[in-house]
Amino acid sequence: MKSSAVMKGMLGFYIVLFFLYLFGPLMVMSVTAFNTPSYPQALPFEGFTLQWFEKLWNHRLMMEGLLNSIIIGLGVVTISVPIGLAASIIMNQIYHRARSLFYLVTISPLLTPGVIIGISTVIFWKDAFGLTDWSKATFYKGIVLSILGQASFVSAYCLLIIMARLTRFDRAQEEAALDLGASYPQVFWHVLLPFLKPAMLSASVIAFLSSFENFNTTTFAILADKTLVTVLAGETRQGTTPALSALAVIIIAISLVGAITYELLKRREEAAAERMKERARLAERGELEQA
Amino acid sequence: MSSRALVLLVPFLVITAFWLMARYESKLGHDPTHKSYWERNGTVLGIAFIALVAFWTLFLVTLPYLYMVVESFHPRLPPAQRGGPNDFLTIAQYKSFIVSPTDGEWNWIHMGNFTYTIVVSAAVTFLNLCICYPLAYYMAQSGSAQKVRLLMLALIVPYWINEILRAFAVRLLIASKGLINQALMGSGITDVPIDFLGSNTGMWIGLSYANLLIMIFPLYNAIESLDKNQIEAARDLGAPWWKIHRDVVIPYAKPGIASGCTMVFMLAAGSLAAPLFLSGPQQRWFTMTVYDFFFQAFNWPRGSAYAFILLAACITFVMLVLKLFKVKLGEAIR
Amino acid sequence: MSAGVELDHVTVKFGNFTAVNDATLDIRSGEFFSFLGPSGCGKTTILRTVSGFLDPTAGSVRIGGQDMQGIGANKRPTALIFQNLALFPLMTVAENIAYGLRVRGVDKMARRKKADELLDLIALKGQGDKLVSELSGGQKQRVAIARALAVEPKVLLLDEPLSALDLKLRQHMRNELRAIQQRVGITFIYITHDQGEALTMSDRIAVMSDGVIEQVADGKMVYDKPQTPFVASFVGENNPFPGTVSKATATGAVVDTAFGPLAGLNPNGLKVGDKAILFVRPETLKLGKGAAATSFTTEVESVAFEGNMTHVFLKGAAKKNITVTVGRHGGVKMPAQGDRANVHYDEAYGLVLPEGKMARE
Repeated sequence: MKSSAVMKGMLGFYIVLFFLYLFGPLMVMSVTAFNTPSYPQALPFEGFTLQWFEKLWNHRLMMEGLLNSIIIGLGVVTISVPIGLAASIIMNQIYHRARSLFYLVTISPLLTPGVIIGISTVIFWKDAFGLTDWSKATFYKGIVLSILGQASFVSAYCLLIIMARLTRFDRAQEEAALDLGASYPQVFWHVLLPFLKPAMLSASVIAFLSSFENFNTTTFAILADKTLVTVLAGETRQGTTPALSALAVIIIAISLVGAITYELLKRREEAAAERMKERARLAERGELEQA
Repeated sequence: MSSRALVLLVPFLVITAFWLMARYESKLGHDPTHKSYWERNGTVLGIAFIALVAFWTLFLVTLPYLYMVVESFHPRLPPAQRGGPNDFLTIAQYKSFIVSPTDGEWNWIHMGNFTYTIVVSAAVTFLNLCICYPLAYYMAQSGSAQKVRLLMLALIVPYWINEILRAFAVRLLIASKGLINQALMGSGITDVPIDFLGSNTGMWIGLSYANLLIMIFPLYNAIESLDKNQIEAARDLGAPWWKIHRDVVIPYAKPGIASGCTMVFMLAAGSLAAPLFLSGPQQRWFTMTVYDFFFQAFNWPRGSAYAFILLAACITFVMLVLKLFKVKLGEAIR
Repeated sequence: MSAGVELDHVTVKFGNFTAVNDATLDIRSGEFFSFLGPSGCGKTTILRTVSGFLDPTAGSVRIGGQDMQGIGANKRPTALIFQNLALFPLMTVAENIAYGLRVRGVDKMARRKKADELLDLIALKGQGDKLVSELSGGQKQRVAIARALAVEPKVLLLDEPLSALDLKLRQHMRNELRAIQQRVGITFIYITHDQGEALTMSDRIAVMSDGVIEQVADGKMVYDKPQTPFVASFVGENNPFPGTVSKATATGAVVDTAFGPLAGLNPNGLKVGDKAILFVRPETLKLGKGAAATSFTTEVESVAFEGNMTHVFLKGAAKKNITVTVGRHGGVKMPAQGDRANVHYDEAYGLVLPEGKMARE
């Protein structure tokens, strides 16, 4: 039909436009990272250079910020993944009338603008840590507050990711282990935790990345300290330099490698599962012939 | 006891109330499946779970929020006077949003900023819905598995570029020396570069661009589970494509639409990066006003009050969207 | 080692719903005992109460004479085979089998040895390192049994374990289960809605309906001497003739039915005037004229030839048909649709039971 051909053409055109919108700015930025002029320009391309990467490497503030970002990211992962796990388990066991309120409280950080989480974290902990001189000196720091503020909403991501897998857990597995003599804690360590492991791994990755790239909450909670993103924000505010493009190129490259690795791993896993199924089918056939 | 300490008791009262209710109910009837919490988790794990969840829900969520709200009902005082006789409850901070405390005139600037923020965020949300819906539909219903995987991969990579670099990328493109102006001037359409940033067009693009993927994933997830046969059936009955979308796909995808819209709106209204780097000088984003109260005026109570106004607006919007689409919160946030 | 199981006035209530109502029962040690009933009759609830996942609302469960009150599922000398088997997908076959030993603190070597022994028993020698997902349905079934036997339970509980299997395999597994039970010599309590399974495997059967145990007896008794209309209509095919008792003696009774007075045995000692149902099984009904008290005439609705036998469907009193099953060598001429047919039976095969609830079709 003619109209369907037109529709198809339009759809193709639209998809191209969509990805142009999505990738265009990133591609232009990437080109400026390798162009010589000190104002980040894509065209005309005046000469290939890696000097902006070198400049980035020598940017002391950014390197300090990077280190802090990694520390905060790891801190958030260590706090949020166990919290997400505990909350998903409590969600199933909590008194049924309290469940919807509990759910609301746990996902409210996802519905709250990041700046507000940052502000409330600072206001609350300033007074809470300020109760004693010791706690103020030890904990009232940008890194600690950033971990606390970010953990507030990252834990909600972790909860949702882990809970999605937990709902697929077959309760009969728990009962089977109990029936064979396992205690409840043994069921948790031997059966439930291995089952949730993939979800906890992806929760860890998402937690680290969300922490690493967070700006809205961190910009308040970081106080006088800095993370890579807040340094980046300061630099962007002051002016534009191709060094920022160079940083973006590095992040894009890392994401690309990560995404492709993930895809390959997933394919390998699927192929393995397919092989298992094939073997089960063969066994099934053999058995039917015997019976 | 000061109001600041009193409000901290609220969550504990709520917990106690539920605990008493649960105790009462368990006494009413025998439940053959019932195992006590400690029986089901053991002492060590039981304590660990409760400690983790209590730390999160109390110290990272409810108490800071409540504390911020209480702070917004206090006057701005130097640290030495906090808790003193001048530290009384007041709604002055909220009043200052409507009537300027310095000259007693209507505070058009802040109310204007606020309205502008809400309206533009809603517009950006709608814009992104329109941009993302066709692709989400294509990926979920008509693309081959191989193609969809590839598209997914292509979507996930830019997802992890942070907000600031995305804003930076947009800025490079539309700045007066940027590629677009180069092209416009090169082709003779205009002689002087168009000031996209000053006119806030840049910010619009930045907000839409930053939250594009937030919209597409929930849409995709919702449409994906729709049975293809339903669409086939509608097509067989001779329904034109737009009717199929209006009567079959969109009603089915409601939870996804609600989820995408609430998230995009919240992230846009609460956005700091795009307004900071892409907006012009005339019209400020509301988060920037809040930001300035904290970092330039050092007026935390007033900043808190403004933050709470923003939060209230976000909650209202979420409720409105959920009501409009007749979706429960649990369906929208998954 | 084996143990018997006693249910002593066990009642289990979920809110206002009574899943099991005052069940009293004595399951002997070493017995293959089945609970048979339609879904929702409470048989699974009984099984879960015995295994310790449910606390009875009233009454008590004793295993080997010991009261199980307050003893959790993980402390009872029972092992349960789940309907979906509930094998641990992330463990190997051998790890699955040895799991019960692992939680008892048995060391790795001993565990492996025991697993290998049991793999031998279930004819899966040398397959201990496979993953569960590589096995066929029947193999998974056997692994589940081995896993339960590894902890040397005194009572093995089986919750419709064959329902997921292919029909052909199911027949095969029935024999295998029975053989395993005889080899290990422990009590098996088997839950099923499939009467074929219950009749072929069990020493005794409890037929359940709506939370009540209707009858406990061996398979032959349950089929030949059902005590309630439910059992009579649920186990095997049966033709009910409802009516009122018009004559009663010590052994027999006559029921006034829609087809006139019909006679049968009267094991419950019904009296004249009682509401009753006469049951006659299709294979005991014969075409042709007989004695007045055990024959009637009606119209042929349809005839279904099934190879080894033929079903003749006759017009009944209500909407329900009466079925007559004629064997291959019945030596009678088959009636055609619309014919009038005479039907009779031997009085010993007619059974008069008090009016009561029947099994749903």
